[in-house]
Amino acid sequence: MEKFEVLQSTAVPLPTENIDTDQIIPARFLKATSREGFGENLFRDWRYDSNGNRKEDFVLNDTRYKGQILLVGKNFGCGSSREHAAWAIYDAGFRVVISSSFADIFRGNALNNGLLPVEVSAEVLERLFAQVEQEPQTQLIVDLQGQVLRVPVWEEAFAFDIDAYKKECLLHGYDDIDFLVSQKEAIEAYEKTRPWEY
Amino acid sequence: MARTLVDKIWDAHVVRSIPGGLDVFYIDKHLIHEVTSPQAFEELEARGLPLYRREQIVATADHNVPTRNQHLPIQDPLSRSQVSKLTENCQKFGVELFGLGHQHQGIVHVIGPELGITQPGMTIVCGDSHTSTHGAFGAIAFGIGTSQVTQVMASQCLLLSRPKKMRITIDGQLQRGVSAKDLVLHVISVLGTGGATGYFVEYAGSAIRSLSMEGRMTVCNMSIEMGARGGMIAPDATTFTYMKGRPYAPEGAKWEQAVAYWGTLFSDEDAVFDAEYKFEAEAIAPMITYGTNPGMGMALHTAIPTNVAAGEAASFEKSLKYMGFAPGESLLGKEISYVFIGSCTNSRIEDLRVVAEYVKGKQKAPHVEAIVVPGSKQVETQAKAEGLDKILADAGFELREPGCSACLAMNEDKIPAGAYCVSTSNRNFEGRQGPGARTLLASPLVAAITAVEGKIVDITQYLN
Ligand code: SF4
Repeated sequence: MEKFEVLQSTAVPLPTENIDTDQIIPARFLKATSREGFGENLFRDWRYDSNGNRKEDFVLNDTRYKGQILLVGKNFGCGSSREHAAWAIYDAGFRVVISSSFADIFRGNALNNGLLPVEVSAEVLERLFAQVEQEPQTQLIVDLQGQVLRVPVWEEAFAFDIDAYKKECLLHGYDDIDFLVSQKEAIEAYEKTRPWEY
Repeated sequence: MARTLVDKIWDAHVVRSIPGGLDVFYIDKHLIHEVTSPQAFEELEARGLPLYRREQIVATADHNVPTRNQHLPIQDPLSRSQVSKLTENCQKFGVELFGLGHQHQGIVHVIGPELGITQPGMTIVCGDSHTSTHGAFGAIAFGIGTSQVTQVMASQCLLLSRPKKMRITIDGQLQRGVSAKDLVLHVISVLGTGGATGYFVEYAGSAIRSLSMEGRMTVCNMSIEMGARGGMIAPDATTFTYMKGRPYAPEGAKWEQAVAYWGTLFSDEDAVFDAEYKFEAEAIAPMITYGTNPGMGMALHTAIPTNVAAGEAASFEKSLKYMGFAPGESLLGKEISYVFIGSCTNSRIEDLRVVAEYVKGKQKAPHVEAIVVPGSKQVETQAKAEGLDKILADAGFELREPGCSACLAMNEDKIPAGAYCVSTSNRNFEGRQGPGARTLLASPLVAAITAVEGKIVDITQYLN
């Protein structure tokens, strides 16, 4: 996993609420057996029509908006547990997703892949949408160590929460597997004392 | 101290707690399927790690499989390669596989319970969000991503923080024609698609107690549709009767010992939940969804709302546009061209019986294509033994072979763009049943009546 420390970037605004993982990456693109290449099909059916032509009014096809930050409506990533959704967003070049809430499994999947979910209040999210839509070149700064999202044009900063362990993992590029494997002794000891033997 | 059901099972599975609030959490059973496991096996190999407890894993092929001619090679090359990758990995790592053609093959959340693999008090995970289904037995069961699949393969553990607890109590008696599916669609329509995010939900109350195991599974299955990590129901005599004699259930002295332990799995009287909701069963009517998330549901005889919850306006408008509906519109009389009866929500034998009972001696409307996809080979076999295949065929319904099918349209069972499908599955997301497909979620009974009438009707008029 890649390290994440500080990111400064413009943002791509997608103000729809309850975006499910079927929209992020439709099921028919889940047939690959490796992790690569999902970015091409990110938001596939919103980005392209059935003939494969770009839908000009969709934000990823709008040349005004660029950047490594995806700004989305509340309850982002609900539905299927497919980690392919996090892979697709990452593969398309994003490193941060900002919303007012995330679905649980999506949040975990994102963190396990170096994609940082940043949760802000509904009010701040609304202001961000307005700002970015009006001035697409607005720079945002996400500082993981300090756990703040800075908006230099407003001269404001917003704190965000992240689990302390997950933060360390992201800052150093570690993942849970190494840690869990290091717990083998404790796990074996536990297995001998399980309350009910399944 | 008084504890909730989820806390009792949680406490019993903590290997150790680490500073910062995370637990090394032990997983008893790991279910895998062809879509979310290949990258996990690949990662395990890339890191040179062994599979830690292969005997605690069960695999099946369900998402991609065709529902016709399963004895022939899969035609779609990508699906074929994904399914054969699963077979290859299971052979290489020594994992038990119920692949195509196996008498136990089926949708992962249907086969676990019917084989007795799913048991009370267990922790169960699968790279699939509807793992919540297994909570119907009083297990902690939840969906995980592929990175976590790798973690469980490597260590039989996950690093988790203890979830928040919600209790949803439904007392009273369901009206005629109202099923577990209507009950859960009703709850989701009230709480909304993110209403239980971060929670494990325990369902309680007399209406839940009187549900069969099939009905309980339907309710727990859809917990994820309101954002919950899992749903649970405390095990009771209904649970034990269902489990007894299943191939993987304990036997003899072990059964006695198990039942004694399972009997301790309930929320103590004074246990405190982080959130509580109460519903009356009598107030629940047959339901249907009108939008593109499962929270957008309503009683069949009512109309699409005109006012939307704060902060939902953008998705509400987009959703109705996609569905071709208008605010305030009633769906009664809407012509429907596809009916899909299947998925891990409603493809068990009880669901098929409900459908067969209603359609017996009737005919589907000529313009409707109605398919019934059993959840497993065992359900299919049982349906045939009971003669349901014959009843369905006579009524113009096609009984297929088991798999996820049109629930997510990864195989060839797709609904064409623009067409309406009344489906017993769990998700009405845009394009879920095929690009441009329009899904209306409902119970098996509503689906059956819709197929016969060829349009949406208020089913209460059709029950005698
Ligand atoms: S039937 Fe549908 S919801 Fe259930 S496991 Fe299969 S794809 Fe997922």
